[in-house]
Amino acid sequence: MMDRSDAETEVERYELTEAPLYRFDLERRDFMRIFAAMGGGLLVVTSLPEAAAQESGRGGQGSRASADLSAWLHIDERGHVTAFTGKTEIGQNIRTSLAQAVADELFVPMTSVSMVMADTDLTPYDAGTFGSQTTPRMAPQLAKAAATARELLLSEAAKKWSVDAATLVVQEGRVQGPGGHSAGYGELAGRLTGTVAAARVSGPDAWTARGKAIRKIDGRTFVTGRHEFTPDLVRPGMLYGRVIRPDGYVGTLVTLDDARARAIAGVRVVRDGELAGVVAPNERILKRAVAAVRAEWSVPADHPSSETIYEHLKKAPATGGGGRGGSAPFTAGDVTQARAQAVKTFDATYRIPYIAHVPLEPRAAVAEWADGKLTVWCGTQRPFGVRSELANVFRVPEERVRVIVPDTGSAYGGKHTGEHAIEAARLAKAAGKPVKVVWTRAEEFSWGYMRPAGVIDIKAAVDAGGRLIAWEFDNWNSGGSAIRTPYDVPNQRIQFHPSASPLRQGSYRGLAATANHYAREMHMDAIARALGIDAVEFRLNHLKDARMRAVLTAAAERIGWAPSGGGRYGSGDRAAAAPSLGIACGTEKGSYVATAAQLSKTASGFKVDKLTVVFECGAVVNPDGLRNQVEGAVVQGLGGALFEAIEFRNGVIENGTMERYRVPRFKDVPPIETVILDRKDLPSAGAGETPIVCVAPAIGSAARAFGNVDTALPVKLNP
Amino acid sequence: MPKFTLRVNGRTHEVDGEAGDSLLAVLRSDLGLTGSKFGCGEGYCGACSVLIDYQVVRSCTARLGAVAGKTITTIEGIAPSASGAERAAGPAERSEPGGVQGPPPLNRSRAQGSPPSNNARLHPVQEAFIETEAFQCGYCTPGMVIATIGLLRTNPDPSDQDIARVLDRNVCRCGTYPRIVQAVKLAAQRLRTQTLAEARGDGDDGSI
Repeated sequence: MMDRSDAETEVERYELTEAPLYRFDLERRDFMRIFAAMGGGLLVVTSLPEAAAQESGRGGQGSRASADLSAWLHIDERGHVTAFTGKTEIGQNIRTSLAQAVADELFVPMTSVSMVMADTDLTPYDAGTFGSQTTPRMAPQLAKAAATARELLLSEAAKKWSVDAATLVVQEGRVQGPGGHSAGYGELAGRLTGTVAAARVSGPDAWTARGKAIRKIDGRTFVTGRHEFTPDLVRPGMLYGRVIRPDGYVGTLVTLDDARARAIAGVRVVRDGELAGVVAPNERILKRAVAAVRAEWSVPADHPSSETIYEHLKKAPATGGGGRGGSAPFTAGDVTQARAQAVKTFDATYRIPYIAHVPLEPRAAVAEWADGKLTVWCGTQRPFGVRSELANVFRVPEERVRVIVPDTGSAYGGKHTGEHAIEAARLAKAAGKPVKVVWTRAEEFSWGYMRPAGVIDIKAAVDAGGRLIAWEFDNWNSGGSAIRTPYDVPNQRIQFHPSASPLRQGSYRGLAATANHYAREMHMDAIARALGIDAVEFRLNHLKDARMRAVLTAAAERIGWAPSGGGRYGSGDRAAAAPSLGIACGTEKGSYVATAAQLSKTASGFKVDKLTVVFECGAVVNPDGLRNQVEGAVVQGLGGALFEAIEFRNGVIENGTMERYRVPRFKDVPPIETVILDRKDLPSAGAGETPIVCVAPAIGSAARAFGNVDTALPVKLNP
Repeated sequence: MPKFTLRVNGRTHEVDGEAGDSLLAVLRSDLGLTGSKFGCGEGYCGACSVLIDYQVVRSCTARLGAVAGKTITTIEGIAPSASGAERAAGPAERSEPGGVQGPPPLNRSRAQGSPPSNNARLHPVQEAFIETEAFQCGYCTPGMVIATIGLLRTNPDPSDQDIARVLDRNVCRCGTYPRIVQAVKLAAQRLRTQTLAEARGDGDDGSI
C-alpha cells in the first residue's frame, strides 16, 4: 500500500486546497440517477475494500481513500457496457487502457465498451488524475466492477436455465451453457438490478485485451480535427471572454480606462471586485477590445530574479499554508561521525530552475449559468477539486455545480487548479450568457504555475575501500519526491526545506523526483570519476534492490557500456575521440528506470546522439501506449535537461513566449531506444512520470567527458 | 466594416472584419472550423497550420486581408470524402457572415466543417497517423497532418532529416516525434503508390 500513502503525500505537498471529505449518501443518490438515466440494465458500484482503506493509517482519511476510488459500470439491455470514472484523459491514453481492463473481464470486444470520464454529475468522486495512479489503482477497480458484473450475469443465466454456473462460458458478450443455451449480456442485465459485490480479478495470464497494443479509441477524431477540446466548444448564445492582466505575473490594478473598448459594438467590460474582464461576440472582436483597454498596475519592487532565486530560496522559508510543510529529516546512523572518519569527502550544490509545462492546449473553460446551476467545461486534472473551488467562490452548494472535462490537450501536472474555470464563470455571471475563456500563451507563462525551482546541497563521504559511508542531502523548495537515496549508505541525513516562492509553483510530471535524481545521480557519477571507479560498477556496489540493478545493467549493456577485462563493467579506456557515455538510474512511484546517453562533442558544446531507456513498471497493460508514454516522458525530459529555464526579473517573465522559451522539437530528438522489462509477476505501476527522471543526469554525466559541467540545469559546459 | 471573401475547403464565405484580423480566429470563431487549434498565437507551435494555395501557413499569424480570395484548406477539408460531402451539400449551406451583430450561430460547426463521419475515407496521412498511433493528447495532430501533407507535396520521399527539418516548426509537447516521423514515412510510401490524381482530387475545390 506504499503507493497510496505516497499519493496522499503528494496531494498534501502540492495541492493548494485541502480536498473536502465526501459524503457517501450523495454517491448512492448519484448512481441511482445514473441508473435511471441509462434506462435499466445492470449497474455495478465498487469501492476500495475496507481493509485496504484502513491500511492508509491516516485516521479519518480512510473514508476519503475509499471514496476516491469508486468506479461504476453499467450494462444496458442491448449488452452495451459503459464504465464511469472520475479520471481525466490528458493524452496518457487511459480512455483506451481502462476500456481494455473492462473488456477483458467481460470478454467483450472493445467496441462494446464506452467510457464516461471526469463529469462531476455522472462519475464517482475522484481526487484527481496525477501521480501515475490510474493504472495501478483505477484499472483494478474497473476490472473488479466488470468481473463482478460477469459473475452476476453468469449466476443469472444459471438460475434462468437451472444449471450449475460452473458449466457456463462467456464469449463475445454472451453466456453459453450446456444443451445449446445462449443469452446475450443485455438480456441477462435486463433481469438484474444494481448491486455491489466483490469478485476475483483475473491476473495477467487471463488478460485478452490488456497486455496487447490496442489502437487509441478516439484516434480518428484527432486526425480529422473532430475531437472537441474545451477551446473548441460552443454553447448557445456564448460570448468570448478574457481577463485584463498586467504584463508580468504580479500587479494590482490602479486605473482602468475602458472607454475605447466599450465603444466597440457588442463588447462589454466587466468589473467584479478585483477582476476586470472583457466579453465580446467573437474572438477577433475580443482581441481588439482587450487591446483597447488601458490599465495601470502597481508592481511591488524588490522581486527576486532568475539569477538571485537560489540564494532567495535558501534564506526564505515557506510561511505556513500551501500544504508543503517541511518534514523532519530522515536520518540513519551518524553522518557527523562518519564524515570524521572518511578518507575523502565530496560536496556540491545543484541548482534547478523553474520550468513551465507549456501544454499545447492552454487553460480554457466554458461556463454557463442556468436556473442557479453552474456548468463549466474545462481542461483540468481535478474536476472535483475545481467543482469545490467554484462552489466556494460563488457560495453555492457543490450539487449546483457541474464540471465536465473534455479529453484535454495535455497537462503534465500543470492543470490541477481551476482559475480559468472561475474566470469564465465570473464573466458568464456578469454577462448573463455562457462565456468561453481561452488563455493566451502569455497568460499561460505568467499566470499558470511552474515546476518549483530548487537548490540541493549534497555532502558525501567515502571510506578507503571506495564505499559511501555518509550521505547528506538538503533540498530547498523542489520537493520531497524521490529525495531518499536508493543506494546503500549506512549514515544518512536527508531533508526537504520548503521555501517562499516568488512564482506560483505546483505539480509537474515527476514532481521533484527529476530534481532529486539529477543531483543524486550527478553526484554519484562525480564520486565514481574521482575515485576512478566505473560509474555503473560504483552504483552496483551500493545497490541491493534487484529491480534497480536489472534496469541499470540492461541500460549499460544496450548502450554498449565498455565491458573491460577488469570486471563486467571496466573503467572504460575509451579513446578521447569516441563518443561519451553517461548513465543514471532511479525509482519513483513503484517503477524503475535507467537512462543511458551517448554524446558527441560539437563546436558549441555537445550533441545527444542517442538515448537508451530501460523501464520497468511491473505487468504491462498496453505495451504500445506504454512505449508512447515512456518516449514522451523522455522527450519532455530533454527540454529540462538541455534548454528549458524560466527567466524572470522585476515581476515579469522575460522569456514567456514559444519563441523564447524553447521546448523540444523534431530536430532535438535523438534516436531513442526504449526497452520495457515486462514483469507479469508484479502489480502494474503507473508509467507517465518516472521515465523523465534520469534523462538530465545521463546527459550531464556524459557531458563531463568534454569539460567542466555546470551544477545547474539545464546541462551546460562551463567556459 | 470591410467584407472579405474567403474560399475555405471548396466553399465561399463572406466575412465582416478588419484586414489585420487573424485567419485562425475567423476559422474557429466565425466559420466554426475548430479543427485548427490555438496553441501560441505567435506562429511558433504549428497547431493552427492550414494550407493556403497548397502551402503550409500558420493561420494564427495569417491576416484576413492577405488570404482573401486564396484557396484555403483546413484539416476538415483534407479527407477525400469531406470535400465530396461539401460538393453534394451545395451552396444552400453557405455560412452566415461573421460580424459584430451577435454571437455566432449555433451548431454550425459540424454542418460547415463536414468532417468525415466514422466510416468515411480518410486522407492517407490521416490513416498513417492512426496506424502508427502518432499522438498522445492529439492537440497538435491536425497541424502535424497539415504540415505532413505540405511536406509530401514537395518531397514525396523524405528522409528522417528532411522530416525533422520541415516539421521542426510544429511542436508536439507530448513528445511523440519518433512516431510522427514513422507516420510521415508510412504516408509517403502509400502516397507514392497512388496516382497524383487520386491523391489530389480535382485540385480546385480545396481538396488535396
